[in-house]
Amino acid sequence: MLAYQLAMESDLIQGHMVEVIEFPHLGNKYEVMGVPRTVIDETIHIEGAVPEPMLMAEFEKLLQ
Amino acid sequence: MALLNAEIRKDVKAALADVKQPVVFKVFTQEIECQYCKETRELVQEVSALSDNVSVEVYDLVKDQAVAESLGIDKVPAIAVIGKKDYGIRMFGIPSGYEFGSLIESIKLVSDGESGLAAETKELVAKLTKPVNIQVFITPT
Repeated sequence: MLAYQLAMESDLIQGHMVEVIEFPHLGNKYEVMGVPRTVIDETIHIEGAVPEPMLMAEFEKLLQ
Repeated sequence: MALLNAEIRKDVKAALADVKQPVVFKVFTQEIECQYCKETRELVQEVSALSDNVSVEVYDLVKDQAVAESLGIDKVPAIAVIGKKDYGIRMFGIPSGYEFGSLIESIKLVSDGESGLAAETKELVAKLTKPVNIQVFITPT
């Protein structure tokens, strides 16, 4: 999983998988309707499976 | 009763055959109010039985609060997949369906100690200056 690979690559990155049926309050908090939904640092939300280049484009925004 | 059938055990054992560096599943549960805690613990124990290099440590969210806090575990069931260091890989909720595959993949990632990302991605990641938390929300398939 891409989030796990990124966690491997940097000590600054954590990769968490969260099963929303067991944690419905998180599903609500992040307004998860379709899965998978990737949330980066609470602010960047991406619906569906994310290919590496797309996730990296979002990462670039974090660097600014 | 085993959670993994014979077919899956065979596949997992084969998938883990190349795992050389030790990997620990630190699994966090609690005694009450946790729907899948018992199954999650049993699942990782069954997986670890299929490789000499995968082991399990079981912690209680409440009784082992210090350990939970040190690993950033705030809800259960939770699994931290740890190799020679903590790479920040966590799974919250029981890893069923597609997520089970991610669990097996995480063992290999952590054991290898190598991300397998493209060179451009690695360069970008190297530019990070502050912590980033990536959460992937899934439902059991």
